[in-house]
Amino acid sequence: MANDPISSSVDTKRSLWAAVLLGIGVMAAVDEIVFHQLLQWHHFFDFGTPTFGIISDGLLHAFELLAIVTGVFMLLDLSQRKRLTIPWAKAGFFLGMGGFQLFDGLINHKILRLHQIRYGVDPLLYDVVWNGAAIVLLLVGIWFYRRAKRLGYR
Amino acid sequence: MHVHDHAVHGALLDWLPLTLIVLFTITYLGAAYNQRHNALGWSAWRSIFFTLGSLLLAIAVAPPLMAWAHHDLLGHMALHLLIGMLAPLAWVLAAPITLLLRTLPQAGGRRVAALLRSRFVRFVSHPVSALVLNIGGMYVLYLTPLYSASLHNQALHYWIHMHFLVAGYLFCWAILAEPDVSPHRLSLRFRLGVLLASIATHSLLGKLMYGYGWPRGTGHSVEEVQAAAQLMYYGGDLAEVLLAVVLLTLWLRKPVERREGMLHGDATA
Repeated sequence: MANDPISSSVDTKRSLWAAVLLGIGVMAAVDEIVFHQLLQWHHFFDFGTPTFGIISDGLLHAFELLAIVTGVFMLLDLSQRKRLTIPWAKAGFFLGMGGFQLFDGLINHKILRLHQIRYGVDPLLYDVVWNGAAIVLLLVGIWFYRRAKRLGYR
Repeated sequence: MHVHDHAVHGALLDWLPLTLIVLFTITYLGAAYNQRHNALGWSAWRSIFFTLGSLLLAIAVAPPLMAWAHHDLLGHMALHLLIGMLAPLAWVLAAPITLLLRTLPQAGGRRVAALLRSRFVRFVSHPVSALVLNIGGMYVLYLTPLYSASLHNQALHYWIHMHFLVAGYLFCWAILAEPDVSPHRLSLRFRLGVLLASIATHSLLGKLMYGYGWPRGTGHSVEEVQAAAQLMYYGGDLAEVLLAVVLLTLWLRKPVERREGMLHGDATA
């Protein structure tokens, strides 16, 4: 394998993006399992959602599902080809999670108005905590990203 | 007297799908057994997948379950999932067309090969047309009075279930494009894109049914319709994620140097 040109270098870009997909998928799965199923705070269908929101929700949902599957398989492929770089994958994973959480908190909940975080309460505090968590995850991702760069896998 | 005759005929007709499934399975397993002297052999896994698909289908068309599904929309959705997604996926993994080509004498094999290259088969086995047949068919069934009509019309009822099976099979075959022979050479990216469109349109249909109370005119309560719509939404997710996992597992089993080409759809892949 040492002479194999394919395995002679790691693929930083794909390591990062595969992990971004995985991060998006994991965060979406946490959202679905914790907030839709366990707590039942989110609603499956909010009758106040505009038509455009309902249509784009289908597409987003499909993307989330495929993101987690393709993310895992891209990482497996990279790992088998010895081109996976963990520091970049870590950065991608947290950036994906934080990015999705922020997207969900701002676009899905506020602009598309798919559903609120919780019904029958003032959503402000919930929104602040939700998006605050997103920013923390993004900051962790940025920290890992700078660290990966510093480690010199380029 | 006439009523009695009808009941007997009706009962016989009810068992027809099950009989056909048993016949198909025996034929497949017989042909697979005949491959034991072939140098290429025939993987036992394929026979297992075919039997699994037949079992899932047999459960779905067994008269007691069909009767339940007739009254209960949740039951209908569960059967729909078995007939339209899970059973076809298992059957495609059994590569029945490859087995047919190997089993038939040369002249017959050539005819099947010509049929596979025909414009009609190329058209219906393309991922996009298979998607339209599969999900489009569901939009027509559930968002129009067709579903409630099918509850009172036996022929329509059979035809709809046949459509689920054929369209589901075409879709799984088109997306996987292996291990069975396929008339198309499409990139993995393209097929994943079609799968994305399929999940999106399927989940949109689930939400529309939940929100607007479709199918209508069935006498089911709003709660029943909503429970069925949710089962369709999550059941569809499960089946389509399973299809994506199978697709990417088949990809990961390929030698490392061929994977990149398959991803982008190079001619060699």
